[in-house]
Amino acid sequence: MSITQQQLGQEFRHDFAIIASWLPFGAKVLDLGCADGALLQYLKASLEVRGYGVEKDDANWLASMSSGINVIQMDLESGLSGFEDQSFDTVILSQTLQAVHNTEVIVREMLRVGHEVIVTFPNFGYWRNRSQILTGNMPVSKSLPHQWFDTPNVHLCTINDFDQFCKNSNITIKERLVLTDNKPVTFMPNLMGNLAMYRLENSLPR
Amino acid sequence: MQVNNSVGIVAAQTAHFDAPLTLKSGAVLPQYNLVYETYGQLNADKSNAVLICHALSGTHHVAGKYSEDDKYPGWWDNLIGPNKPLDTNKFFVIGVNNLGGCHGSTGAASINPATSQPWGSAFPILTVEDWVTSQTLLADYLGIQQLAAVVGGSLGGMQALQWTIAYPERVRHALVIASAPNLTAQNMAFNEVARQAIITDPEFHGGDYYAHGVVPRRGLRIARMLGHITYLSDDAMGAKFGRKLKDTIKYSFDAEFEMESYLRYQGDKFAGEFDANTYLRMTRALDYFDPALDFGGDLTEALKKVTAQFLVVSFTSDWRFSPARSREVVKALLDNERTVSYAEVTAAHGHDAFLMPDPHYHAILRSYLNNILVENIQVDNIKAGSVA
Repeated sequence: MSITQQQLGQEFRHDFAIIASWLPFGAKVLDLGCADGALLQYLKASLEVRGYGVEKDDANWLASMSSGINVIQMDLESGLSGFEDQSFDTVILSQTLQAVHNTEVIVREMLRVGHEVIVTFPNFGYWRNRSQILTGNMPVSKSLPHQWFDTPNVHLCTINDFDQFCKNSNITIKERLVLTDNKPVTFMPNLMGNLAMYRLENSLPR
Repeated sequence: MQVNNSVGIVAAQTAHFDAPLTLKSGAVLPQYNLVYETYGQLNADKSNAVLICHALSGTHHVAGKYSEDDKYPGWWDNLIGPNKPLDTNKFFVIGVNNLGGCHGSTGAASINPATSQPWGSAFPILTVEDWVTSQTLLADYLGIQQLAAVVGGSLGGMQALQWTIAYPERVRHALVIASAPNLTAQNMAFNEVARQAIITDPEFHGGDYYAHGVVPRRGLRIARMLGHITYLSDDAMGAKFGRKLKDTIKYSFDAEFEMESYLRYQGDKFAGEFDANTYLRMTRALDYFDPALDFGGDLTEALKKVTAQFLVVSFTSDWRFSPARSREVVKALLDNERTVSYAEVTAAHGHDAFLMPDPHYHAILRSYLNNILVENIQVDNIKAGSVA
């Protein structure tokens, strides 16, 4: 990797580095829910990816565009009809899965448009979340910063849940990594892991 | 802090072209004038020029005023000026009246050198392609090999798109706003009604009304009224007029509702200052524009040679040039893996939104234009002008 996140003035994000390690140099990448474009900026600088972001929110869209990212303003919930089949090497959904309504449709659409799919989400099974539930409250943390009444999150899930989802939907998990506080977790990931990262592809022959 | 950010008092200029221009129709304009205005300064390597393409009723008078007493500035003055989104401290901005126009460029009301009479019905029908070709000749005239950007809304957006298709090496950025890759049948239908209103006006005289000393005012007025309905959204008309009456119901066909006075006022104003032959030709150019036609309707193929970077903008309430039409342009660019960003601006004003100073819309244009790199020889000027 030629350029580090620090050189870009970004806080070190292990998940960004892992996503980069799952992409070939110069990959064509679509980042759904690209927020302010930080991931694409990093991937552009480090891997010279040919990237496009998709973002619905006005302020995020503007931040992405201003930072030099190609960004298409649209709502993921209506699918990816503006994108051709298998037209991207990788389609990324970074920490957005929990906020989408039509989860299955969107994951299907990602697998239609990309050869590979990367999905990351906050693991609701993380022990800190469980302990807050045990004390009788909905979890509020750095990775789940919203109160129950104003959260954009509608489909929170655990690592076990998502594994099952992939199995039922005939999606192959090529790789799965779990992080807590920017560090990899291998021991009891569904309990000890805060951020789940999946590298997926279609199981069905194309 | 209020900063004076107008381009100030401006004056139009005229470029005369003696070389005949062969049009897409096969007709030839033996010689012609293009009237234009410029704002800001062309830099040393001539890399900072931005062309503004106008829509149906636009002109070359895009920004500034002709005199201190001028009531209204140019039609896109809210966008263009020192420290405005299209910053004239950085860019050299060109506004041009399209050929066939009625604000100084050669058109149907101009004298046909072959007859020494106004062209009238003999003036050829021009296309978006012809306009863009003539605009490249104006760029040549100004010594500009490559534009930093072409900016246009509606029919102007079609010209910006056409620049990137026909002259990819001559334009680095295209800002295609509230536009479409062609008109739908419904959209062309509005144009047909507008033209029929003009053509069936008894004072149209087959387009040669100049000789009769009359103008087809009634037709032009109705055409403009119809246009205004389609440029606004139902909600915007509702918010602006609703069912408000000027006074009380009088059981007459006078302008009793405020909406009616507005349309009549707009129609009258337009009919008093615009040329009917120009209106006919502008709407025809809209109808004919269809770059995908030569590629079996495949816009992706049509945009294959495009190299410019794109900003495409649409407005949610614009039903005459709907977001879906802009997304077609975006998709064709994505298919070709071109550099493109697309914004769908939430706006209530319908098609007219592209002329409104909506803060988010202007922030988009400001930011995009800000990112365009130009060789800057006027660093000192910019510093002096940027903070008051």
